Amino acid sequence: MTATSRAPWLLSTPALVIYLAFMIAPLASVFLISFFNFEFYGGIQVSFTLKNYIEILSEGYFYEIYARTFGVAMVVTLACVVLGTAEAYVLSRMSNPWKGLFLMIVLGPLLISVVVRTLGWALLFGSTGLISQALQALGLASGPVSLMYTNTGVAIALTHVMVPFMVISVWASLQRINPSTEAAALSLGASQFTVIRRVIVPQVMPGILSGSIMVFALSASAFATPSIVGGRRLKNVPTAAYDEFLNTLNWPLGAALAVLLLIATVVVLISANRLIERRYGAVFN
Amino acid sequence: MYLKNGPIGLLFHTIFIAFILAPLVMVCAVAFTGEGFISLPSNGLSLRWFKAIANNPRFIDAFNFSLGLGVLSATFAVLLAVPAALAIARFQFRGREPLMAFFLSPLMIPHVVLGLAFLKFFTSIGISGTYLGLVIAHIIIVMPFALRLVLASATGLDPALERAAYSLGATPWITFRRIILPLIVPGVVSGWVIAFISSFDELTMSIFIASPSTTTLPVRIYLHIEDTIDPLVTAVSAAIIYLTIIAIFILDRTVGLEKLFVGKGRA
Repeated sequence: MTATSRAPWLLSTPALVIYLAFMIAPLASVFLISFFNFEFYGGIQVSFTLKNYIEILSEGYFYEIYARTFGVAMVVTLACVVLGTAEAYVLSRMSNPWKGLFLMIVLGPLLISVVVRTLGWALLFGSTGLISQALQALGLASGPVSLMYTNTGVAIALTHVMVPFMVISVWASLQRINPSTEAAALSLGASQFTVIRRVIVPQVMPGILSGSIMVFALSASAFATPSIVGGRRLKNVPTAAYDEFLNTLNWPLGAALAVLLLIATVVVLISANRLIERRYGAVFN
Repeated sequence: MYLKNGPIGLLFHTIFIAFILAPLVMVCAVAFTGEGFISLPSNGLSLRWFKAIANNPRFIDAFNFSLGLGVLSATFAVLLAVPAALAIARFQFRGREPLMAFFLSPLMIPHVVLGLAFLKFFTSIGISGTYLGLVIAHIIIVMPFALRLVLASATGLDPALERAAYSLGATPWITFRRIILPLIVPGVVSGWVIAFISSFDELTMSIFIASPSTTTLPVRIYLHIEDTIDPLVTAVSAAIIYLTIIAIFILDRTVGLEKLFVGKGRA
């Protein structure tokens, strides 16, 4: 049966070749140059040094960038858990055509480039924007308020970009729930709040967790929104790596920033996946 | 179903939908201003800035470029994804799970990392900033989306159909062409569509390897916003939103939106 055991590899060969040549090789070369030396006047020098990593791990400047990146990602994830789960629940209790229409409105923005969605927030956030005007009209602010170039602004805009992923993830879990469990709890005298807390949320936990991993990883590696709303001063890891690569031209340092981001993301994704599979494996199978 | 949403649920829903739509509505509204600066249209709707797009070949060129790049990279991605998906769906072999994880791995890698990896690598092999470089990079990042949807449709195939074709004397190619391909067409089509859209929307990776002659539309918009936010870039963005709305309606009627989104995202 050598023919059948070779067939799947033959079928996969074209894709494997492309991946090895154009993904693994580039990633390996980035890993390699992260150990190179960079001199302001001499450029990139082939060497083996841990200088770049030591610089990132010891300087407060980079510590702040990593802390901001993961801090914002954490806040965005929490906001998405609350908003996304609630919206998925409300959507699942609607009947067509409303259900279909609103699902389209919630998921549709995923098909529009992040740059365009972020531009919308930049228009709303400016000191002459609608949010500033509304806050002043309501008497909540005495002067113009700008959310541009603030962490709050970045977090709000990123939540908008990421929340559809959470809605789909929880929505998929909700589809598998037997609606009579909810009816049973209600008929036994549970309040609506108790039903949500004790019956619904535990059953959709796998969806919430896998949505959270996705949102966290995507937020930590987001570029367009932190760059446009956060501006030059509020850097996160991706925008800092971009600056090192395209402005300072310190490729070794940019590469080291990227390698650490990649390692952090992969560790978070894999360990969270393991955790979910161990705790909720039975639910999935 | 008899479980209905209460007033609190509906109130939350209204606020949530307003939150989702606010930035998009804002872009669409500001695009109709007649003023030379960012403002809501005050005295009537004006098409001034939509007309200005026509006089701005940089955006038109970038749009055409993104269109071509999307078609090309989605097509190549599907051509790679179909055999790979058939291998994973139809055979039990050692290394099947790792192979699938490997093919889906570009979803786990931050695009900024891929962007600088491609920039470094393409510079060293001399294709930095070229059309070829962008196509290759886009094939890699959209391939997992195509693979996932083709895989979903190939997994449900009944192996008996294939055996029947062989026993009636069909060659492997005829079996693929006449039996398997027609059955997985929905997955192939929706895989191509999501691959095209992912390529058309991509910014973070492309910005590293785009050159002035190979600028995609999102990169062009981003560079413009970095410089200045004006009604022109807002009108371009509004045009993208309108085109996407049309596309969403067509997709909903033909492929089905829910099916499309199964492949979006990474978990």
